[in-house]
Amino acid sequence: MQPEEIRQVLLDILARIVPDEDLSTLRDDVAFREQIELDSMDFLDIVMELRKQYRVQIPEEDYPNLATMGGAVTYLVPLMKDVKAPA
Amino acid sequence: MRYDTVIIGAGLSGLAAGIRLAHFNRRVCLLERHTTIGGLNSFYRLRGRTHDVGLHAVTNYNPKGSKSGPLPRILRQLRFSWDDFGFSPQLSSKISFPGVTLRFSNDPGLLESEIALRFPGEIEGFRRLVKFVEDQPWGTAFPSSMTARSTLAEYLSDPLLIEMLLYPVLFYGSASPHDVELTQFLILFRSIYRDGFARPYDGVRRILSVLVKRFRHLGGEVRLRSGVQAIESRSGKAVAVVLDDGTRIEADTILSSAGSVETARLCEAGVTGDVANGDSTAIPSQVPGELTFFESIAMLDRPPAELGIPETTMFYCGTPRFRYQNPDEPCNVDSGVICSPNNFAYEQPLPESTLRLTVMANNRFWFERPSEEDYQEQKRIWRERIFAAALSHIPDFRPHIVDIDTFSPRTIRKYTGHHNGCVYGSPHKQWDGTTHLSNLFLCGTDQGMLGIVGAMFSGISMANKHVLGGQG
Ligand SMILES: Cc1cc2nc3c(=O)[nH]c(=O)nc-3n(C[C@H](O)[C@H](O)[C@H](O)COP(=O)(O)OP(=O)(O)OC[C@H]3O[C@@H](n4cnc5c(N)ncnc54)[C@H](O)[C@@H]3O)c2cc1C
Repeated sequence: MQPEEIRQVLLDILARIVPDEDLSTLRDDVAFREQIELDSMDFLDIVMELRKQYRVQIPEEDYPNLATMGGAVTYLVPLMKDVKAPA
Repeated sequence: MRYDTVIIGAGLSGLAAGIRLAHFNRRVCLLERHTTIGGLNSFYRLRGRTHDVGLHAVTNYNPKGSKSGPLPRILRQLRFSWDDFGFSPQLSSKISFPGVTLRFSNDPGLLESEIALRFPGEIEGFRRLVKFVEDQPWGTAFPSSMTARSTLAEYLSDPLLIEMLLYPVLFYGSASPHDVELTQFLILFRSIYRDGFARPYDGVRRILSVLVKRFRHLGGEVRLRSGVQAIESRSGKAVAVVLDDGTRIEADTILSSAGSVETARLCEAGVTGDVANGDSTAIPSQVPGELTFFESIAMLDRPPAELGIPETTMFYCGTPRFRYQNPDEPCNVDSGVICSPNNFAYEQPLPESTLRLTVMANNRFWFERPSEEDYQEQKRIWRERIFAAALSHIPDFRPHIVDIDTFSPRTIRKYTGHHNGCVYGSPHKQWDGTTHLSNLFLCGTDQGMLGIVGAMFSGISMANKHVLGGQG
């Protein structure tokens, strides 16, 4: 998957977790938590959805890499390079 | 037969836990002894009408779009949208003690202005109390020595106001008499006075059907008429459950919503195998609760508001001090809750008119009736006494009754298996859900969260913490 595709995957996951949030204005360089209401339970769900849908394993010590959209995409690029983008 | 997780009980906590696990591809099975789902909050048909078992109001309600609080978190965790449960907010409620009434609604400003009016000397203290409550992050745990009464006394000085504020809080969730631990008080105070009440137009049916449909859609299995009679363990680990019909089901993890005393008994029943295997894991003794209720559901020939009962709920007490305890007499007729499913802000009126009256009851009296005739006769006698006493607080609705049903602690025990017919479980909550077995966990009432929203929250958090654990 290309970075833009990974970004879209993350947006789709967020849209399912927080369906009532407007994600169209989400900035890549600002922490998710400062822009949308995401508590630790929800945050864990991003990790769990990635594992469920794409079998990506993210160790707990790497969670801080997922704080922003930009950071998450950069972190996931090597892990998801061989994963096919969703149809 | 083998599952990743087996959940004992298809009540609200079990269903919510099941959805979480099935969503993340776990093989999960809900085992329910009763012929239907819902547990303490189910529904039944009687003489052509559908009644909710327990529902007065869904507490902890936040309006659409709210971001914090337990309800929005449940919706996110279970991937439901706001409209799935179809909640309509309450109209307004009141607390009625001799000579004083306080009204409250989902707008916290109403209670505040009522206190300013009736207890002007206390309003500053009340505001500080509210600030203290709101400053605690949701789910903050305090030492069990800190209680509601000791905390209220720091902010308020009028004993009547303390009684009035505490009464709904205890009635809607305290497993211990007279007082409640601060941890739980904070949850309950918010659920009633800060968040508020709502109800789906179709009652609890709507909530249950949305939950069970989703669970099945995700591949979860529900087995009704499948009581668990024993939990088998070996070397400190649960290995299987045995059903009433002898079927044995193995599981990696077991979540039990049956209650702490009840679950310990299931473990005891499964212990024979242990002894044979030289296992000596002791089952710690559990503290049973003893608070329970007697409730009458009166069907009326017109909406309660037309009879002068417009409140969603009304907490009444005929004495300046309430007695929240297992009463010496069969029922405590002095105080209770009157509520009506009609008094919510629906888009259209409900087809039926209903009034519910709930009071505290002595479980032993209701368990120990010598015959079915005597039980029925006592139910009738006490119902009439309760109605007569309630007339000091509401207009006489009795001529308008077209049908009536009454349940007692015996009914609650029969249909939910809860020891003593307890609704709020043991006074000792197990906040982390752990038991003496490393892979057996409690969810629901005895984990600590209760009510419809609380039970769902409990199921979700126990599933997350002990099964999904961030790594599964
Ligand atoms: C009269 C009454 C009024 C209430 N009013 C309200 C209200 O207005 N608002 C509100 O929010 N809450 C209300 N509640 C509380 C709310 O219903 C409960 O807190 C909540 O439903 C508890 O859910 P639970 O999953 O923890 O437990 P339960 O609903 O008790 O679920 C446990 C399930 O386990 C099953 N079970 C037990 N033992 C076994 C076994 N060995 N094998 C298989 N299955 C077993 C039981 O049959 C039951 O279905 C009320 C309750 C009652 C009784």
